Amino acid sequence: MSARENILARIRSANKTGKASDVIGGSAADRLTSSPISPIPDLTGNVTDRFKQRCEDAASTLDEVYQMEDVPKAVSRYLTEKELPMSLVCWPEFKNLSWSESNIQFESRGAIGDDKVGLTGSYCAVAETGTLVLLSGQDHHATTSLLPETHIAVVRRDRILKTMEEAWRLMRSEVGLLPRQVAFISGPSRTADIEMTLVYGAHGPFRVHVIVVDQ
Amino acid sequence: MEITSQDFKAVSSAKLKDEKLQKALFQAKDGFVVSRAKVVKELDNFEAIRQAASDVRDHCLAHLDEYLEAWESRAQAAGTIVHWAESYEELNAIVVKIAQDNRVKKIIKSKSMVGEETGLNEYVEGHGIEVKETDLGEYIIQQAGEHPSHIIAPATHKSKEDVSELFAKKHDRPRLEDAEKLTHEAREILRPHFLDADMGITGANFMIAETGSTVIVTNEGNGRMTTTMPRVHVAISSIEKCIPTLDDFALMMRLLPRSATGQVISNYVSMTTGPKRNEDLDGPGEFHVIILDVGRTRVLGSELREALRCIRCGACMNHCPVYQNVGGHAYGWVYPGPIGSVLTPAYNGLENAIDLPNAATLCNQCGVVCPVKIPLPDLMRKLREKQYEKNLKSKTEKWSLKVWAYVATRPKIYSMVTRVMARAGKIVGGNSGRIRKMIFAGQDWTKHRDLPSPRGRTFRDIYLNSKKINKG
Repeated sequence: MSARENILARIRSANKTGKASDVIGGSAADRLTSSPISPIPDLTGNVTDRFKQRCEDAASTLDEVYQMEDVPKAVSRYLTEKELPMSLVCWPEFKNLSWSESNIQFESRGAIGDDKVGLTGSYCAVAETGTLVLLSGQDHHATTSLLPETHIAVVRRDRILKTMEEAWRLMRSEVGLLPRQVAFISGPSRTADIEMTLVYGAHGPFRVHVIVVDQ
Repeated sequence: MEITSQDFKAVSSAKLKDEKLQKALFQAKDGFVVSRAKVVKELDNFEAIRQAASDVRDHCLAHLDEYLEAWESRAQAAGTIVHWAESYEELNAIVVKIAQDNRVKKIIKSKSMVGEETGLNEYVEGHGIEVKETDLGEYIIQQAGEHPSHIIAPATHKSKEDVSELFAKKHDRPRLEDAEKLTHEAREILRPHFLDADMGITGANFMIAETGSTVIVTNEGNGRMTTTMPRVHVAISSIEKCIPTLDDFALMMRLLPRSATGQVISNYVSMTTGPKRNEDLDGPGEFHVIILDVGRTRVLGSELREALRCIRCGACMNHCPVYQNVGGHAYGWVYPGPIGSVLTPAYNGLENAIDLPNAATLCNQCGVVCPVKIPLPDLMRKLREKQYEKNLKSKTEKWSLKVWAYVATRPKIYSMVTRVMARAGKIVGGNSGRIRKMIFAGQDWTKHRDLPSPRGRTFRDIYLNSKKINKG
């Protein structure tokens, strides 16, 4: 018998001899189809406000603009303020914005080791934790939010959801089979592995800047 | 990893005298505890969430075979290559075979406790393949040639000075004093390895049956790098990490980061479903998952099965007065603290970890903070009973317990003996009110602390006297 068969057989026999307590009950197939929601904390109040607060808690910075055409100006504002280079790599969906008007050099490609700023969209965001949800796939380089020292992400206001459960509901209805990677990003990369001292920029970005677009 | 839990008593005595370690432990002591308390308080229904998570873990274990089969079929449908391993050697050999089949020279690794169990790094390096740990804590201890002392903060036993010295020597660069600079030096050193490694190895915090996905939870971003940059990705996990649905995962995520580091969520939660797709622009071309069962099914069929609910947050060790004083290495295997005191004997045999179930005051701090309500003190008590049944207790201890049982079940003798001892204790304690040195079975007890001496009268005497006064 293979390792697989042995292990599964041992599980079945252990569950017969051991005291398997299961107050939820029902079969595995039932739960997999119905996917019941467990208790959720009280999250009343404005979703965007909560998202903004949580972003701040996670050490992300945040800006709000009216429409997609305003994004280059917001990016320029941010890069100037932080004294960062006025050039970036971005997902293809942003390549037709008027970057030259804002004096920003851009390239629509995945990031490599030396790129300083990466601009991505996001599938949705989760207000409960100040989290961006990025899906891999066509036109969505994972490296853009990972390798550069600064990650700027654009999120549409109507895609800011309350909870992770709502994000799953949206994905089940819109995406079907999950993409290769679902990345939940909440603020810049960090570590506290040396004497519990919090340091940003462990391996990923030092800075995460979120631009919320109204329309 | 070789088990040295038999030396717990001797090692922990040495650790208590290790000034450097004591300083490091003292510094780390409150960090996680305070931040956890803060974020737990934010939730109005933490207890309900905790109960739900405990119930989901129980349900999952009761149907583990079905969930693993569901997970496997969905993972395979997404192109994941699934392996099963019944021993540490088997898992290690599968990893090396994958590496050799893909002509891998360099592996980057995001931390995995299952990998620590199997001694994966040493095995892979023994086959001439380079392995680089990338979690900062794991990187530090790999450079130092040590093992982790905590499951989420592996280098918590090391001081900043230790790291300064280590990096200066290993990186052959000027000595840095500042935690930020040290972290950024490690970033600079490791970045090229992320870019040119052939294979990435990660653990998996969870496997999600609904979608056939694996998830890793990190703060540094090394996990995302490891699952994105190399051309082959291998995730190693164990059977009990399987949970039913994406919504169950959302539930677990309300508890894991809160209980571990006191964060509402970890910075990077990366969920992987299969290898690079046709339309994808990056990601590994091959994705393997190896599922281990060493010890797990044995625990599942035993009275310790609640221990398998564990989601590896480390809260039990952060809150344990014993762990806080001796550190993780004293426990002598992969998992320290209360959960280690249960898992180590459960996986490796009680006779190989005889002192661990006793390495607890049964204060139940661990039981109170456990996000999935594992009754850790009860499980340790069960192991203690087993020790007695299996005749693994020392003669002195058994003899002492027999004497105690004899006295305690005979009220007249009990009353007489305690009266004598209360008076004698008062005399020995003298003015200080403390007994500094006991003899026989008590000598170990007073090695590291004093015993407050009795005040001269027993509770029974005082109680009877007060009754008389009240009547009179």
